[in-house]
Amino acid sequence: MKVDLTVNGKDITADVEDRMLLVHFLRDVAGLTATNVGCDTTSCGACTVLFDGESVKSCTVLAAQASGHEVTTVEGLAGDGEMHPVQRAFHEQHGLQCGFCTPGMVMAIVSLLKENPRPTEEQVRTGLEGNLCRCTGYHNIVRAALAAAEAMPGQEGLRESSPRADTEVPS
Amino acid sequence: MSILGTRVIRTEDPRLLTAGGVYVDDLRTPELQRAARLTFVRSHLAHARITGIDTSEATSEPGVIAVLTARDMDDLAPPPPDDGSGGGGGEAAPLPLGGPWAEPLLAADTVRYVGEPVAVVITDGSYQGEDAADLVSVDYEPLPAVVGPAAAAGTEVLLFPAAGTNVAVAKPAPADDTPFDGCEVVVEQDVVNQRVACMPMEGRATAATFSGGKLTVWHSSQNAHLCRLILCGALGMAPDQIRVIVPDVGGGFGAKVGIDRDALIVVWAARKLGRALRWTETRSENLVGMTQGRAQWQHIKIGGNRDGRILAYRLEMTQDTGAYPRTGGFLPFLTGLMASGVYDIPEVQTGYRVVVTSATPIHAYRGAGRPEAAAAIERAVDLFAAEIGMEPAEVRRRNFIAPDKFPFQTKTGALYDTGRYAEALDKVLAAAGYDELRQEQARRRPGGDVRQLGIGLSTYVEITAADGAAGETAKLEVTGDGTATVYTGSSPHGQGHHTAWAMLVQEELGIPMDKVTVIHGDTDLIPAGVGTYASRSLQLGGSAVYKAAAEVKDEARRQAADMLEAAEADVVLDTAAGLWQVRGDPDTSLSWGQVAGHSAGGSLVADVSFTADLPTFPFGAHLSVVEVDTETGKVRLLRHVTVDDAGPVLNPVLAEGQRHGGIAQGAAQALLEEVLYDAEGNPLTATLADYAAITAPDLPSYELVASETPTTLNPLGVKGIGEAGTIGATPAVQNAVVDAVAHLGIRHIDMPATPQRVWTAINEAQKAGNQ
Repeated sequence: MKVDLTVNGKDITADVEDRMLLVHFLRDVAGLTATNVGCDTTSCGACTVLFDGESVKSCTVLAAQASGHEVTTVEGLAGDGEMHPVQRAFHEQHGLQCGFCTPGMVMAIVSLLKENPRPTEEQVRTGLEGNLCRCTGYHNIVRAALAAAEAMPGQEGLRESSPRADTEVPS
Repeated sequence: MSILGTRVIRTEDPRLLTAGGVYVDDLRTPELQRAARLTFVRSHLAHARITGIDTSEATSEPGVIAVLTARDMDDLAPPPPDDGSGGGGGEAAPLPLGGPWAEPLLAADTVRYVGEPVAVVITDGSYQGEDAADLVSVDYEPLPAVVGPAAAAGTEVLLFPAAGTNVAVAKPAPADDTPFDGCEVVVEQDVVNQRVACMPMEGRATAATFSGGKLTVWHSSQNAHLCRLILCGALGMAPDQIRVIVPDVGGGFGAKVGIDRDALIVVWAARKLGRALRWTETRSENLVGMTQGRAQWQHIKIGGNRDGRILAYRLEMTQDTGAYPRTGGFLPFLTGLMASGVYDIPEVQTGYRVVVTSATPIHAYRGAGRPEAAAAIERAVDLFAAEIGMEPAEVRRRNFIAPDKFPFQTKTGALYDTGRYAEALDKVLAAAGYDELRQEQARRRPGGDVRQLGIGLSTYVEITAADGAAGETAKLEVTGDGTATVYTGSSPHGQGHHTAWAMLVQEELGIPMDKVTVIHGDTDLIPAGVGTYASRSLQLGGSAVYKAAAEVKDEARRQAADMLEAAEADVVLDTAAGLWQVRGDPDTSLSWGQVAGHSAGGSLVADVSFTADLPTFPFGAHLSVVEVDTETGKVRLLRHVTVDDAGPVLNPVLAEGQRHGGIAQGAAQALLEEVLYDAEGNPLTATLADYAAITAPDLPSYELVASETPTTLNPLGVKGIGEAGTIGATPAVQNAVVDAVAHLGIRHIDMPATPQRVWTAINEAQKAGNQ
């Protein structure tokens, strides 16, 4: 069947199998391989993208359902060579190790901060329940989300308390 | 100022964050542009005889290129002759047993676990592959399964009838009770260190081409060179006929050491068909096909006196190795080696047997044998402390190996290099506010508060770079443009080698990090290497980079002396500026580019291998605070405080990241994760909807305390940090759960401490208390 969708601002039209998943469309048709597949039960969130601005797991959306809609992947997040505040926070807070869950994590947090611009640590953790990471123990991902919230344009002064800058206890 | 020890954020990240990594399934290289997809047909029975395979219907499906079974495997290297020893590397190396225990590639006549590969379907696209795999008809004659180690002890059902037993390796503990006879107190306990899934976020993935007599294999692995070695053996090819490329790897945790059976089948099929193939497993395949970890059933016996002194310890292990003994006796051997942990115990006895069961094969998982040792001894010490009514921190303090006893030879044969165990414990207790925590716990006890506080301790020592004699390689080249390239035999998959190796080059040579390129994971570019596992990378691979830099520096000094017409002794490197100068004459500066350009061939090269004679023994202390809801059995991990001392820290950002990840995996085993089978050997946790992989809301932020005790065994003074978390955290969290309900008379709860298990323990304790 014919689908027509906008991916990272670019219009893409293609003939695909009816059953093609959006994540496979992104990877194999649009050639955008940053979005990864980490499971087959909608559990891990590695494939999280923005669908009309809201996070979805692209393994649980058919390409056909995305026809006529706008999809943003991590490749479309940075503008003019400048990293998005969430990407920058991941870099500065060491929020990634192997990088496999990272594109999905970043998109999930972009969406989370849109819904809740000043989350507490607990709200970040709850918000990331559907995104698995096996390397970081989530510690620095949570710090990155809180740091990004601080750094997002127009969100200065929103937080009542600062994120824990560092957990290192002097010996 | 030295860059070592400073917080340097990673050079790897911008690419991973904006474009994504290039994992095997992301490769769009021309050779793989038209690659066909391989899909496995896997056994859905735990134990059965294969009586026939009909591939005709699948073969006639549109888009199907081939369907291959064991019958097509007529071009493999013959297995090595059976020397009667059972094959493998004995205890010394994690090698598979041969002889009657030999594991095939595609199953020919018997399947021994759900998920075992039986056939492969090659198609143009992956959706077609899934369709066609369903059409391969395999006739099975079901056999009774061997589920769990108790069943394996019997002989009614044998997985390998030719072996005559399900016990693949047996090294029993000495049956000598004398050391316990003189003890005032002896405690015994069965302890289960349950089977868990390694579950890197990227599962297994392989692509292969065969052209002009040469195989090129892209594989998600922790070490390209071991892949090549295994491929040579399995396919009967010479090393120069095989190129292995390891692109970005989405986590390994031990399960990606080398190349396993399924991936060998993929490579074989590419050679057989002479065409490019790709395979990327699904998570459901991963949770039955990728090797799993732990699965050790233990019996502990600990004896001592009421003054807190431990006098004797015995650890007996039954290692469930799954359907094929892929590691011989290696894992319980390591557990036995580290059995007595940080304690100076006069008598230590260990023994084990390795049994085959109808389950996914077991292999290394972050810690590989050492978390099992720490879990056993740390539980044992707590049981002993409870029995004599002494504070668990105090019992530990009274039994630590004293700091002046290093190097310390243990009763089990390990030679600990350096350690300051009491100091580590004291630091963690102080950072956590131990006394206040105990007071808070006491406050909640008498009123029967529904939310009881538990405080768990573990003090551990582990062995890292156990195979230091195998060493690691580094080649460093500085060229006329003033840039440096490091070719490392080590193999990052998240650890941050590119950042760390560049830091070492900047430190030694003064060439700034952004002019240093690190290349890994390509056997054509790097002829020899060992890889990343066993917490070996920095101490071996990093030391190799350091050694190569020193050699380059020596040669550069000779070149600079020649160019400056000065004596070598008078030529110095200003590492802050990256300039060579005659001492006391800054006007004579030469850049690295100028010096390299002056050298024969236009570059300075050092190609080295660094080996260590002995392993290193990092150590630490973990303290965990949990809250247990006594009505529901639900455990909440509130705090986790750790000292993990692995010597001087090269980059705290990276070292902390390693600790964080390990803590989460340790807490995961203690609280949530377990691979389960039903009575027929069907896996019950074969998807991520069923396997309880730990998530962000299950965990707190961690509190890390710094501690740096150097080793003398390598020039950087460093030990390994990669596995500290699973070794230290697992028993601390488990001990905290038991501690939370200890006032009810509960002494032990097996992992994972699920609500059901904790609630059952509480309920039984209350029933016993009411009688």
